[in-house]
Amino acid sequence: MNGRQTNSRTSALSFRAKRGICSSILCLIILSFCAFAQNGGELHFCLRTEPKTFDPLLVDEDASLSIRYLTGGVLARVNRQTQALEPELAESWKVSADSRQITFKLRHGLSFSDGTPFSSADVAYTMQRAMDPALHSSAGDSFRSGTGNVVTKTPSPDQISIIFPAPIVGLDRLFDQVSIMSSHSPKKEKAVLGPFMVADYKPGSSVRLERNPFYWKKDPQGRRLPYLDAIVLDIQPNRDVEMLRFKRGELDLINVLDTDYYDRLASTSPQLVHDAGPSLDSDFLWFNQVASAPIPDYKKAWFRSTNFRRAVSAAINREDISRVVYNGHAQPAVGPISPANKLWFNSSLKPEAHNPQTALDRLKADGFQMRDGALFDKTGNRVEFSIVTNAGAKARERMAVLIQEDLGKIGMKVNLVTLDFPSLLERISQKFNYEAAMLGFRNVDLDPNGQMNIWLSSAENHAWNPQQKAPETAWEAEIDKLMRAQASTSDMKKRKQSFDRVQAIVYEQAPFIYLVNQDALSAVSAAVAGANPGILHPQTFWNAERLTLNGTASARR
Amino acid sequence: MKAARVLAWIVVAVVCALALAANWLAPDGYAKQFREVPGSPPSKAHILGTDDVGRDRFARLLYGTRISLLLAPAAAFVSTALAALIGGLAGYLGGIWLKIARAATDLFLSLPWLFLLITVRALLPLNVSPLVSVLITFLILGLLGWAASARVLSTSASALRNSDFVLQARAAGLHGPRLFLVHVLPNLKPVLYAQFWISIPVFILSEANLGILGLGVAEPLPSWGSLLRELEGLISFREEPWRLVPLLLLIVVMTSFQALLSQEEVTA
Repeated sequence: MNGRQTNSRTSALSFRAKRGICSSILCLIILSFCAFAQNGGELHFCLRTEPKTFDPLLVDEDASLSIRYLTGGVLARVNRQTQALEPELAESWKVSADSRQITFKLRHGLSFSDGTPFSSADVAYTMQRAMDPALHSSAGDSFRSGTGNVVTKTPSPDQISIIFPAPIVGLDRLFDQVSIMSSHSPKKEKAVLGPFMVADYKPGSSVRLERNPFYWKKDPQGRRLPYLDAIVLDIQPNRDVEMLRFKRGELDLINVLDTDYYDRLASTSPQLVHDAGPSLDSDFLWFNQVASAPIPDYKKAWFRSTNFRRAVSAAINREDISRVVYNGHAQPAVGPISPANKLWFNSSLKPEAHNPQTALDRLKADGFQMRDGALFDKTGNRVEFSIVTNAGAKARERMAVLIQEDLGKIGMKVNLVTLDFPSLLERISQKFNYEAAMLGFRNVDLDPNGQMNIWLSSAENHAWNPQQKAPETAWEAEIDKLMRAQASTSDMKKRKQSFDRVQAIVYEQAPFIYLVNQDALSAVSAAVAGANPGILHPQTFWNAERLTLNGTASARR
Repeated sequence: MKAARVLAWIVVAVVCALALAANWLAPDGYAKQFREVPGSPPSKAHILGTDDVGRDRFARLLYGTRISLLLAPAAAFVSTALAALIGGLAGYLGGIWLKIARAATDLFLSLPWLFLLITVRALLPLNVSPLVSVLITFLILGLLGWAASARVLSTSASALRNSDFVLQARAAGLHGPRLFLVHVLPNLKPVLYAQFWISIPVFILSEANLGILGLGVAEPLPSWGSLLRELEGLISFREEPWRLVPLLLLIVVMTSFQALLSQEEVTA
């Protein structure tokens, strides 16, 4: 009996033990399944142009900017949702009272993607390289507030002080754009500190980014980020193809969505589209004012005339562009700062009103005359010029067609030319063989310091007349002075006053004729979890390290 | 077969007549923007609706037809003339000339034309009017499109060189250009006609392809290429079937051109 009881107790225990083991195994399976569900997979989306460079300090266009964002490690990062500056490679930092010096305390024990250790020497190397005038780094331009060299001091591998020749206000936020490069890795710019690293590049086809095995961040559960295995960036300039591939499930994101596709997608799948409101991006038109440009002198004289540019600005019907081209998902632009940027926008300025008579009056002041519906300058030359823009950008092409008709009403003959993007870039930034161009700038920073590389007359992105040795006009000299002044004081009121004046000068001189600020429209597949699109670039994948994919993404592919 | 040719002639004649009457049928022109009704469906005011910037689709179709139907045959004429000159003459002369001509045709046929056209178009001066741009586009197509026809013509001319009537003409003392122009070229006529008719749809489609890439005829001038470009964003035919009209017209006209070829030309 006892024996039977003992046996039955033993078997009961054994049953409980077995049940416990089974439960544990089951829990482990569920946990590992959860972990598996949170990790892995390839995120697919498109770059619309070929990346011009993988060197993070030379980035100046969208494709390279996206790659830099995903691969580059920065000391501090502006959170794209809260717009607050958050520590990254630096644990903390301190800006001196005179805004000339910043001291970073770096995280200890970090490594680049090739395993080379990260130290203050790498930060010093990156800053010296960025500030090298011969490099023409747009990231470096943002720090140029005065003449003289940058001094870096590295008292220890975890600490660095960077001393600038003149005060720079908003200094810490500028480091959002500076991806730290390794000073001694044989892989040079391919050794990165960001969540992903460039694994493969097929020119004209795709860029494959893979998880950086040495990435330092972990999630609250202690799992190493990023969750994704890889990101495949297909180079696809055709937006129709991009949209079709998104609908077929071959792509997971469309970072910037065209209006007509937004509306169509919204009508069938409203849960996939996102309108984050007016963005910081703007489309604009500008005339070539480069003195050495291979265009006739009389045309250079038109393009250098403020009255001519303001006349063009007044003749353009921006309301129509917003309504016809963007189906209302845009608003007439005022200047370099979008009204979405509430802190820096100069609210005393209003969009240039569409008024052909005002345009003609301005032209008359410069001696232009209308004869039989055609406009002639004072020396009898017919006003005719071409506007170049990139082929495949439907909205921009439509805008150009509207502008062509608007300018036709004041007697200007406008020829539209669409070129493939590399040819266009070569013409506008190297050969200067163009008359007018229409493009857009993708702003990544709310602070005007982020636009130093546009407004300084010496800057490479000073598109209408770049890299001037000395400012060629009084108003450009004034902009230079104001931009340096706003970058050199910590008094917010003074900074705002200076930059308000810059906006007013840009409005009065119209070197860029701003057209519209379009809404930030994007699409995110239902397969992607964790996306929270915003207005700052990169709208949909700013938190790429925390994005996850569910099983349907890979199944569809 | 004869009935089909008659029908084809009627179709081509009607389309040409409509295109020529564009000024009367669509007095507002192809460029006027009705900005209050962009992308509208067919209505009394706009029988094929309006495009994305509010231009009348019917007007653009008529004017586009005029341009494509005028310039594609012109480009076909240029390319066929070049083919006759290079291929026909080389075939007639034979020997080293034939080898050189064939090497040149092989080279032209092996080039990546689409990319070459894009490059050539990008290298052209920017400040050209839409009309000049369309002329340039078709001229480039004509100047670059001779190779396939030249190969066919050189083979035909080679066969004629040793034919009895050419030998007899030679024996009678004829030689040089006179022999080529009087006896060889007239006998190449069926091949030339066939190559000419075949080239027209090829050039229309080439211009359409360039238009799809945004590198064809400049705005605001319409062409079949620029009209077909609107189909790029068409997700469903059922949503806006009227947008398919340019495509249907292209198919009908191309089919008619094919039907116009005689049996002799088809064989050639």
